[in-house]
Amino acid sequence: MTEGGEAILMEDVHKRYGEKRALAGLDLAVRRGTVHGLLGPNGAGKTTAVRVLATLLRYDGGLVRVAGHDVREEAARVRRRIGLLGQHAALDEALSGRQNLEMFGRLFHLGARGARARADELLERFGLAGTGRTPAARYSGGMRRRLDLAASLLTEPEVLFLDEPTTGLDPRGRGEVWESVRSLVDGGTTVLLTTQYLEEADRLADRISVVDGGRVVAEGTPGELKTRAGRDRIDVVVRDADRLDEAVRVLPFAPGETAVDRDRRLVSAPVRDRMAALAETVRALEAAGIEAEDVALRRPTLDEAFLRLTGADARRGEEAAA
Amino acid sequence: MSAAYAVSDCWTMTRRELAHWARQPVQVAVGLVFPVMMLVMFGYLVGGGRTVPGDYVDFLVPGMLTLTMVFGLEGTMTAVTRDLDKGVVDRFRSMPMTDGAVLVGRAAADMLQSAAGLLVMTGVGYAMGWRAHGGPAAFAGALGLLLLLRFAMLWAGIFLALVAGRPELVQSVQILVWPFGFLSNAFASPDSMPGWLGAAVEWNPMSATATAVRELFGNPGGEPGWVTAAVLWPLALLALFFPLAVRRFRRLGA
Repeated sequence: MTEGGEAILMEDVHKRYGEKRALAGLDLAVRRGTVHGLLGPNGAGKTTAVRVLATLLRYDGGLVRVAGHDVREEAARVRRRIGLLGQHAALDEALSGRQNLEMFGRLFHLGARGARARADELLERFGLAGTGRTPAARYSGGMRRRLDLAASLLTEPEVLFLDEPTTGLDPRGRGEVWESVRSLVDGGTTVLLTTQYLEEADRLADRISVVDGGRVVAEGTPGELKTRAGRDRIDVVVRDADRLDEAVRVLPFAPGETAVDRDRRLVSAPVRDRMAALAETVRALEAAGIEAEDVALRRPTLDEAFLRLTGADARRGEEAAA
Repeated sequence: MSAAYAVSDCWTMTRRELAHWARQPVQVAVGLVFPVMMLVMFGYLVGGGRTVPGDYVDFLVPGMLTLTMVFGLEGTMTAVTRDLDKGVVDRFRSMPMTDGAVLVGRAAADMLQSAAGLLVMTGVGYAMGWRAHGGPAAFAGALGLLLLLRFAMLWAGIFLALVAGRPELVQSVQILVWPFGFLSNAFASPDSMPGWLGAAVEWNPMSATATAVRELFGNPGGEPGWVTAAVLWPLALLALFFPLAVRRFRRLGA
């Protein structure tokens, strides 16, 4: 069960939509006062997880606790302690920013005067004080996101869920949202952030869970995940397919980390020191008299790192690490 | 959560709808003018060829009032699906507010609009020569029956909108509302129709309201004894659709 320090706890959570398994035994533990990133491709189950945590979606099995309360048994208690910034603006776009904040404030039972005061405060804080009666529909994407965020913060929630908060925003809008999230965390709020962008998780999160196929496939600090996913590689393509095995033997790579692709006559391995690895490889091939068609160093792109973490490699990595 | 919070939540949600009106006066005006246009069109253009008992305008006005109550379902559906589409309902559902306050706000606003619509239409009807002969109590009773029908259609509309989910699907439901509205005695007397059609029309819940309202207004086409049916039909629809709508709203996350 919960150990005092956890603001979010999911244990072996399952959710099925018809045939599709959206969550297949998801485990998640987020310590109070930290920012946790849920990183994964489209359809990995990130949004489903957030909707379960925010009491919007029933789940089929497992345990889910938010701010110390069971989301199924004590939904009302959970709702008093959370803020939600969904993927799509959860605003009444026909109304102005002030009207939105006052309405949500009243629904949080701050009272008419309390709601008005809080709206003033948040409009000021999120740089929306000058928007007057303009309906939210006519705000820029970044402004709308900030208003949405302000609405999520009306009651200074203990736990804040941010579901892909910057998807669809231009770099400036993205920067604005990141700025706001950072200032929040300084105030002690626990934040769960879902994102498809490694960079975003890297900038904001203390720890990251990489999600794929409805379960967590890797977990750690951004630094740990990057070293695991983002090492440079050296690729060697030999001219003669018959000498591939010999090449694997003579090359100075750790056997556990070496990948062999027979169709492409390719030996590939991660490296630490790029130049030394290149020199050693060429020397080893020359000494054995194996002719190489191509020897190349490459840095994994962000996309590759991501693919590796969410693809088969990550699972293999998990098993190797275990 | 106390009853005071429940009342306050419902009032906040009603105010939200009223704020929408203040934002979109043109849309509200169009909503009021459309049934008036139908009334004028049928009264002066189509009406000439109808055979009904008595004066056609006296026959038509109660029918159009009834039809407007039924067609109000479309406005309700559009408003509900638009909310669902925008994600704002997600925020409401993730907040510690009273279950169903969202729906109550919708219902209150739609009822207010329908009441305003009735006033405008009776005014225009009066200008066209329509008269009610039943006295103030009967007049109020007729308006009550009309609003009761609207209330039942409202919850049917909320339920159908929650089931359809997307604005595109609403259109297909709307197509079904039209024959329901027109397969009634709103424009024509069932006596003038082929037997089977007349029978279908007589069984349309809308016809019960139209007949009872005509009776209360003292207009042609009214028959005594229909008031009970005009109360029971909407109540039956309410008994079906109100719990379905509330249940569906609670289970949005299933």
